[in-house]
Amino acid sequence: MNSSLGHKASKQTPQTEQSDRPPGFTSNTVSNNADAIAQTIEVREIHDFHGGIHPPENKRQSTTAPIRDLPLPDQLILPLSQHIGVPAQAIVEVGEQVLKGQLIAEAFGPVSAAVHAPTSGVVTDINEYLIPHSSGMSAPCIVIKPDGEERWISHSGCKDFHDELPQTLLKHIRDAGIAGMGGAGFPSAIKLHPQQKIDTLIINAAECEPYITADDMLMREHAEEIITGIQILAHILGEPESVLIGIEDNKSEAWDALSAQLHNSNIELIEIPTKYPSGGEKQLIEILTGTQVPSGKLPAELGIVCLNVGTAFAIKQAVCEGIPLISRITTVTGKACAQAGNYRVLIGTPVSHVLSATGVDEAQCSRLVMGGPMMGFTLPDTAVPLIKTTNCILAPDQSELPTNDFAQACIRCGLCAEACPASLLPQQLYWYGRSQNHERLEAHNLFDCIECGACSYVCPSNIPLVQYYRASKGEIRQHEKDKIIADRARQRFETHQQRIEKEAQEKIARREARRAAALAKQNASTEKVSGSTSNSSSENTSESSPENSSNNSTTDSGQSDLVKAAMARLQNTQTSPEQQRQKLERALSAAQSKLQRYEKQLANPDSTDDPRTADQNNTLLAKIEGARLQHQDINARLDALPAQQGPSEDDV
Amino acid sequence: MPDWYEITVIELLTQSPLLTALAALVSLSAIFGAVLGYASIKFKIEGNPLVEQVDALLPQTQCGQCGFPGCKPYAESIINGDAINKCPPGGQGTIDAIANLLDVPAPSLDEEHGEESEVRTVAYIREDECIGCTKCIVACPVDAILGAAKLMHTVIADECTGCDLCVEPCPVDCIDMLPIASTMVDWHWQTPEPAESLLIASDRRGEVAA
Amino acid sequence: MALTQVTSPHTSEGASTSWVMQQLLLATLPGMAALTWYFGWGTLINITLACITAISCEAAILKLRKRPVMFYLRDCSALVTAVLLGLALPPLAPWWLVITGTAFAMIMAKHLYGGLGYNPFNPAMVGYVVLLISFPVAMTMWPAPRPLLPEGVDVPSLWSSLQIVFPILAAEPIDAFTMATPLDVFKQNTGQLVEQFYKSEALFVQGDLAGIGWETVNLAFLAGGIYLLARRIFTWHAPVAMLSTLALMTWFCFDGGSSASKGPLSLHLLSGATMLGAFFIVTDPVTSAVSNRGRLIYGSLIGLLVFVIRAWGNYPDALAFAVLLMNFAAPFIDYYTVPRTYGHDRARSALQKKD
Repeated sequence: MNSSLGHKASKQTPQTEQSDRPPGFTSNTVSNNADAIAQTIEVREIHDFHGGIHPPENKRQSTTAPIRDLPLPDQLILPLSQHIGVPAQAIVEVGEQVLKGQLIAEAFGPVSAAVHAPTSGVVTDINEYLIPHSSGMSAPCIVIKPDGEERWISHSGCKDFHDELPQTLLKHIRDAGIAGMGGAGFPSAIKLHPQQKIDTLIINAAECEPYITADDMLMREHAEEIITGIQILAHILGEPESVLIGIEDNKSEAWDALSAQLHNSNIELIEIPTKYPSGGEKQLIEILTGTQVPSGKLPAELGIVCLNVGTAFAIKQAVCEGIPLISRITTVTGKACAQAGNYRVLIGTPVSHVLSATGVDEAQCSRLVMGGPMMGFTLPDTAVPLIKTTNCILAPDQSELPTNDFAQACIRCGLCAEACPASLLPQQLYWYGRSQNHERLEAHNLFDCIECGACSYVCPSNIPLVQYYRASKGEIRQHEKDKIIADRARQRFETHQQRIEKEAQEKIARREARRAAALAKQNASTEKVSGSTSNSSSENTSESSPENSSNNSTTDSGQSDLVKAAMARLQNTQTSPEQQRQKLERALSAAQSKLQRYEKQLANPDSTDDPRTADQNNTLLAKIEGARLQHQDINARLDALPAQQGPSEDDV
Repeated sequence: MPDWYEITVIELLTQSPLLTALAALVSLSAIFGAVLGYASIKFKIEGNPLVEQVDALLPQTQCGQCGFPGCKPYAESIINGDAINKCPPGGQGTIDAIANLLDVPAPSLDEEHGEESEVRTVAYIREDECIGCTKCIVACPVDAILGAAKLMHTVIADECTGCDLCVEPCPVDCIDMLPIASTMVDWHWQTPEPAESLLIASDRRGEVAA
Repeated sequence: MALTQVTSPHTSEGASTSWVMQQLLLATLPGMAALTWYFGWGTLINITLACITAISCEAAILKLRKRPVMFYLRDCSALVTAVLLGLALPPLAPWWLVITGTAFAMIMAKHLYGGLGYNPFNPAMVGYVVLLISFPVAMTMWPAPRPLLPEGVDVPSLWSSLQIVFPILAAEPIDAFTMATPLDVFKQNTGQLVEQFYKSEALFVQGDLAGIGWETVNLAFLAGGIYLLARRIFTWHAPVAMLSTLALMTWFCFDGGSSASKGPLSLHLLSGATMLGAFFIVTDPVTSAVSNRGRLIYGSLIGLLVFVIRAWGNYPDALAFAVLLMNFAAPFIDYYTVPRTYGHDRARSALQKKD
């Protein structure tokens, strides 16, 4: 698999002869290898990763037409959280007029991304709406009704990014709300501000998922901007030694377009064999550098930053033109779609609008997938909006992506292990996932699973393996969370117990002290009777029990405090008879309801097959009796209240 | 004398196989006993006492539904031979985990102590109805209720274990146990229904006929 | 519009378990044909009987277990077990032998453990071993291969074969010509040098690799196995490991042809159930180790055991025992052969806990 591919000149030694050869010539074909090696200074070896699959590409359908624009939708729904991290915070109010590109929600904290108005219009609502997420849940969104005028807010970019400090450029990127456009949506500004020195910048142009061609078409039509974007990225990262673009060998047009724009830059355009999931960040890094990102670590710790080609384009727009991330290229495809192709859509466009504008026959498709067929998720409803990470909407008909048949028994054929790009043992994970054996799952490195779906794809028994892994991961995470809560509860319970014990001991100590004091008083009174002065007696006692004296005084003052408090309480209750009455009435109704509840329980036991034991019956009867007594007591007090009321009013 | 002695012992051994076997067994058991004894000292594992391990598996709601005043006492009782299926908040998962730890068969939950609930709940005090009696504060095993006499009380939702011990003592029934709403952060896919059960269900409906 | 909510991926390769099983059945055809050519109708009768028994047992037990019968029958796994057992049993074996073996394989070895995918032991081999231990005489009555029959005697016709299998059909008992198998013959050899032996024994005079008939049958199974490898039904690891270990052991223990020799390479590789085992039994995914490394170990240990039992054991052939013994060991092998996951420094055994 390892084939040596030539590459463009490195920056330190610009290559003059490079310009008179088309760059594609050097690295396109193996037959030109020797020639390429002779021509170039370095030879970059590409590597293979374990496993992988070759699903039908189905990319042709959406690459015949150029990128088209969609008509303005009636409304735009902008979720505040379209990225990984903390949701943005809305800074507009309902009814406010916004301009195109205006900031409507600002990033909250470092790991967050801002949201901008994709067009001019009025904010009609800020509320929970269905968002594209496999949970089918709702989240806070800002809804804008476009006015159709497309009035821009004033914006401007840097004239020459080379003159700017990386910090300034980073601020542009952050202000533009750019989050990874390839899938996960990690805020790009964070990725571009690593703690480590970066020596390799990788641009992910693999786009290995079937059907999706958004990056392909973007590269074909906007190669120049993308290259500028990559140069901006390299500038921000302090000009890494190697800047690599990894592109699958099924995108020859995009390859040609990019290589025509490379000129004498040090960017290497590297063709990699088409294999799913070569576009996975970890897999692409392995293909291009031969190193694996250690489990649980970030590529930055290896000195590598990996960004999507769409992100590079968005960054160019943000830095050079000051255009925030308000639109993106999305592939709309599938057999149910009449006009499959790539569309420039505003962020927040409802999927239903996209479907009707591209001629999707909704009756034909049994499910709608956002993303590709391998890793995309099904949409709960067509009302959900497109977001920054939406690279594809797939509207397949039943014959194209048939719903899975019932899962058959796992025959441990091992095809999944052959296909797994993370070298896991998917069938073992499946068995342990079924039996919820979390310990074993972790021992088998469940958390290194990238959920690419290659295992489910090859499984002859149709087992939804990925769902098992997702569920197991979720359960383990939940378990860990519960564990933290339980530990805290245990701690609180223990301190609670300690406190109660301490209080009980203090109570005993106080009682002892009181007894001692009473004894002393008794002594004193007998002494008084015998004719001594109280003064001397107190002196006597203090002398006789010096260790008790301080205690005595404190308990004395404590007692007097208690008396005072009791008096105050009494006064309090007497001064508010209405409150008292209200309270009693409330208590009465509570007691009544309690009584009713118990009686009901007694009358009809919960389950017929479970005969209530005599014990239980007795306790219930006792409870009823208690409640009845309480009820009577309250009634009596309530009756007594007006009588009390008279004199107390008189007193006042 | 020594010669005579040796000869006698050897003769004795060779002539009576029973004695030979006895001697062999005794010496073998002495050797293996010594090895095992050495190993138990040399490779002693300083582990958590079993009580702590069981306690760590209990959900720490401190609800007392098991009949013990808290999770730790129940853990102690389990080690002393009590049934492991008395914890409704932990449910089957906890029972399985304890069974796994103690290497005993996992029974199903003892319904006498309550039913396993699907969702976690948290206590909520309807504050305008609270009369400030402090009874719930006393009842709370994890000190998750704030308030003072005659003053309105409130529950620290993050610390509440959902044990519902505060509901009963409340004289005005102003405490509700509210389910904790699941959020998108908590959400995850559920384990697929095993194909067998799906199939049996659909087979009954006649979908997979022939 | 009702949109279904399912987890990704939304597409699959389209291969199904039943397709895999059908490929396996297809690949047994050359071996089946060779057996039929050399030993007569017996093999086909075995297979037919075994298939009928297997399917009725499977259907009955699925019914008992309240599982949808047709859904599980369609995966063809019962047929694979039946065909493999039918191929392994001596042709013209009495009907009750086949039925007992198959029923035992399906009921005890497969369904009592939970059905397809849950059985720890290869059902066909369990059935075979149970028969071998219970009915040793019937199990060693191999008919003579066609070229070695006496002058004027042909392999029994279909009708007389049926009469042999079901004695009730015959007015008087019919005897088939039986003969010891090459491995058996070789084992009995005490006095002759290998070279002499190969020249004197009728089996080896005409088939100088591993006995007339047997070598062809094994080559036919090898062809079927290569077909399966080409279709990527299984990986090469287990069969190659098994065959190479067997070859290595043979080469190592072969003393150049004395009378105490353990047999030449060609005999061990092309006689007995070597090729049937290597490509159709050892590769059974359910009962073997799961990782490729594990399968290498699993396969080579089977090869080792096969040779050890053949050379020093009481049975002339040993595949069934070797496979069953290693089925025991498969989970153990799995513990220690978890592959190195992406981003981890080294593989760790599944026993180790997460750091």
